[in-house]
Amino acid sequence: MDKMLIVSANPHIRSKASVTKIMHMVNLSLLPALFMSYYYFGFRAIFLTLVSVVSAVVTEAAIQKFRKVPVTVSDGSAILTGILLAFNVPAYIPWWIVMLGSFFAIAIAKQAFGGLGFNIFNPALIGRAFMLASWPVEMTSNKFWANPVASFGAKTGQTMDAISSATPLNLVKTALKADPTQITCDILSKANDAGYAGATYWDLFVGNVSGCIGETSFLALLIGVIFLMILGLVNWRVPFFYIGGVFVFTWLLGYDPVFHILAGGLALGAFYMATDMVTSPISNKGNIIFAIGLAFFTVAIRIWGGYPEGVSYSILLMNCAVPLINKFTVPKKFGCVKPVKAN
Amino acid sequence: MDFSHLVVIAVSSIFINNFVLGRFLGICPFIGVSKKIDSALGMGMAVIFVMTLASVVTYLIQTFVLVRFELQYLQTIAFILVIASLVQFIEMFMKKNMPALYQSLGVFLPLITTNCAVLGVAILNIDATWADGSHYNFIESTWNGFTAGIGFTIALLLMAGIRERLELADIPESMKGTPITFISASLIAMAFLGFSGMSIM
Repeated sequence: MDKMLIVSANPHIRSKASVTKIMHMVNLSLLPALFMSYYYFGFRAIFLTLVSVVSAVVTEAAIQKFRKVPVTVSDGSAILTGILLAFNVPAYIPWWIVMLGSFFAIAIAKQAFGGLGFNIFNPALIGRAFMLASWPVEMTSNKFWANPVASFGAKTGQTMDAISSATPLNLVKTALKADPTQITCDILSKANDAGYAGATYWDLFVGNVSGCIGETSFLALLIGVIFLMILGLVNWRVPFFYIGGVFVFTWLLGYDPVFHILAGGLALGAFYMATDMVTSPISNKGNIIFAIGLAFFTVAIRIWGGYPEGVSYSILLMNCAVPLINKFTVPKKFGCVKPVKAN
Repeated sequence: MDFSHLVVIAVSSIFINNFVLGRFLGICPFIGVSKKIDSALGMGMAVIFVMTLASVVTYLIQTFVLVRFELQYLQTIAFILVIASLVQFIEMFMKKNMPALYQSLGVFLPLITTNCAVLGVAILNIDATWADGSHYNFIESTWNGFTAGIGFTIALLLMAGIRERLELADIPESMKGTPITFISASLIAMAFLGFSGMSIM
């Protein structure tokens, strides 16, 4: 941004906000979720996050050196991409896949477009889509999902280091595929019948279920996002209308809305990915349209799609539409009246 | 007439098998005419028009000429010839009788005439089968052409919006122009992967 000379009439309001500060605040707010992932998935979660962050930072620095532009890794945005990407993978995925995904996210989705502020898509989600397209087995197979090791006492009798099992949404998908006609409000008990013993709403809320390492704990992510909202860094409209939309759509279709809100990556997506300042719309109205679109596509992919989870793809899909949303939701200028058509 | 078939066709050709982002047909107008939203919309309208028309005509040609006289091996050349000449004829007719519409479609109409996406929709209409082995009927073919055009228009508009935004981006010198457009297109296609395997029946 150094190249731009901003000329405007006074008086000016000075703000202490800067990209660096905001990014570090967001990184800080992800610490509870990181702690919960460590608590449930063990040291593996920290290791994968570190691999991802280091890969993202090194890639960004190397490309910026190569382009002979100022190296801006200290602004924390590459670190954020790294953390979010790692939060999006199962715990037992080979580490080099995470490294490559992180490289792709920074190199293709961010630096090819000119770096922070110019990317069209959320880099971490492009990294996830890339990994899902390239290594579908590693990203989705039950072998790589881990059941939480530690627990609040809900799961007794687990003495092994890790037990791999399908995620709750995976079980629901399998159940739906086996019998597509069943539309039950009590999908959770169906999942329980399928061998997922002990998962209650409380387990889903605190994160005591299998899933991607950073997505399972709704509680930790909620703490983080409330912290960001108090600082005024997150527009509450996107998470509110996104989660509200998922509630309404799943309820209208006859599924269990609470389950669909708590399960999968909705919290991570709605709180951290969809609210990304660069890739979400500018105006409040645009943000509401954006969030409702997200909810629609998420539910559509979860219910009818080929994947159990639709959060990441729905955010990417709506990212494509953000320039159009911005164009058609330009706020009315103060004092402007509609020009009268001259006949 | 099964209404659910029409819904399946619409969702399939707009989202799941989007002509540009799922089947990778019609890439040249997609890259070529996506610089501005206005021209993208014009191109989209022309594509909807030509695809619908092509579906109607090729269905009739296939059913009443090629199959009847056992000339299916002439399918490709017959379709190209018929679509191109028909669109040219309509263009002349519009120029004379509907100058406003002709102006708004402008240069896009002849551009799209022999595009692979148009030939693609014609041939896919003939080849597509339902689960029970039956083929698309006349209304389903026409509807498929129309919705495929809408899917193309949506892809084109998304691309145009992104490219208008990229005008202001600090893109590396070697990436400017077509390269970043191709990268954007591939990333949009990756986002559309989310629809793969979707079944609404």
